[in-house]
Amino acid sequence: MKHPGKMIPEVFSNLTKPAVTVKYPYEKAKVPENFRGKISFNSKNCIGCKMCMRDCPAKAITIEKVGEEKVFRAKFELDNCIFCAQCVDSCPRKALSSTPEFELAQYEKAKLKVIQE
Amino acid sequence: MSQIKIPIGPQHPALHEPESFNLTLEGEIIVEAEAKLGYNHRGIEKACESRNFIQDIYLLERICGICSHSHSTCFVQAVEEIAAVEVPLRAKYIRAIIGELERIHSHLLWVGVAGHEVGFETLFMYAWRDREIVMDILAWISGNRVNYGMNTVGGVRRDISPEILEQILGSLNTLIERTEYYTRIVTDEPTFMGRLRGVGKLSKEQALSLGAVGPIARASGIARDVRQDDPYGAFSEIEFRISTDDHEDVLGRTVVRVHELMESYRLLRTLIENLPEGPIAVKVPRKIPVGETLSRLEAPRGEDILYLKTNGTEMPERVKVRAPTLANLASIREMLCGAYLADFPIIVAAIDPCFSCTDRMIRVGNGKNDNLMNWQQLREYSIEWHKKQGLDLGQIK
Repeated sequence: MKHPGKMIPEVFSNLTKPAVTVKYPYEKAKVPENFRGKISFNSKNCIGCKMCMRDCPAKAITIEKVGEEKVFRAKFELDNCIFCAQCVDSCPRKALSSTPEFELAQYEKAKLKVIQE
Repeated sequence: MSQIKIPIGPQHPALHEPESFNLTLEGEIIVEAEAKLGYNHRGIEKACESRNFIQDIYLLERICGICSHSHSTCFVQAVEEIAAVEVPLRAKYIRAIIGELERIHSHLLWVGVAGHEVGFETLFMYAWRDREIVMDILAWISGNRVNYGMNTVGGVRRDISPEILEQILGSLNTLIERTEYYTRIVTDEPTFMGRLRGVGKLSKEQALSLGAVGPIARASGIARDVRQDDPYGAFSEIEFRISTDDHEDVLGRTVVRVHELMESYRLLRTLIENLPEGPIAVKVPRKIPVGETLSRLEAPRGEDILYLKTNGTEMPERVKVRAPTLANLASIREMLCGAYLADFPIIVAAIDPCFSCTDRMIRVGNGKNDNLMNWQQLREYSIEWHKKQGLDLGQIK
């Protein structure tokens, strides 16, 4: 007859193992290399083609012209952003890039609207 | 014996998603079961029609949190077919690698959930701990643990570096060792087997007539797998075995899933070793020509079907998704009838249900003006509607 409790040796062998979780926020887990976090905008490269706006699935990015010259700024709505980084792929001039920044929580919703110049 | 009716859901501790079941009991035995859908309708298909093809990939990826890659791959395959684009071989292989990793992650998750539903919490904890290995691999490749965002029309968005491939092969050994251990547990542990044997019976004939898909069909002895029946992507080049079982119950579904895990590890190793060099994507015009197509894909839970109709613009005209849970939902009634009430959670969990993926329709009404139409009435209504617009379509049969 087969006896129950096949997992008991496994259970005991795990008693002495250290915990796999980390003590966030004191200790932080490593963010993967390809991580898609907050988007950063470099206005020097932007030509104002607005391809990022056309492709953004969440309509979270707006490119606006500043002044008379061909200078642009980006408005991000971080509460809408789904961090897919499609805008980074769509940009023909590499004006947008992903950063490893992910701690974006705020107490006020208005602070999630970020303007980068 | 008098009958008792028990409503289970839409909010119930035994269900992880909103779904309503009306059970009729005779004592402890379920004699009739009725499932009601529509509590989690999100209007995704309609939303697709007002977004371009690139935006739709991310929207469709969010149909399901677990098989997100399956839904987006199914969609891009359909778009590529209409646009007559030949995807680079390397992109096909990378899609298949992510697809298999997703299957491993989904099946390990299911093994844990099954353990949890039958009160075998030890199995739940260990299976989910080992699932972290796959989640880490997916995070190395795509940057995220869920919603990988790997697909784009014409290929994939990210390449896999040789270092990561080495890391994957190293992690695979641990996963194989752990899965062999789980295979021994599910085929050898008398408490687990005793709990699952004979629960949720679905004979081969019933599974065939009700159109069961995925591990449910395979556990009833039907060798049905889209990867072999209608090979897509890299699967047309790779040798592949279908795992079936003839237990026809929840135990069979568990055995099929752990065997599929082993097969997925083997497939992954083959895919990684034969990964061809070359580009990962080709450029596809933003406007897709007029056409319609049906795309099929073997998601972890079964066959996923996507219908796509395009009209020559940047946006699709119609997108229709048939998630695998909908195909398996019909079988739930057969499995529940004659079972004990206490077996209800594990029988429902055994189809690996994803009710949110399934909901494609909702009935909204105030009780006076709402009416359901059958196909004939709907056709007559549309002919009338078109007549008012000045188009007489009544002649078309």
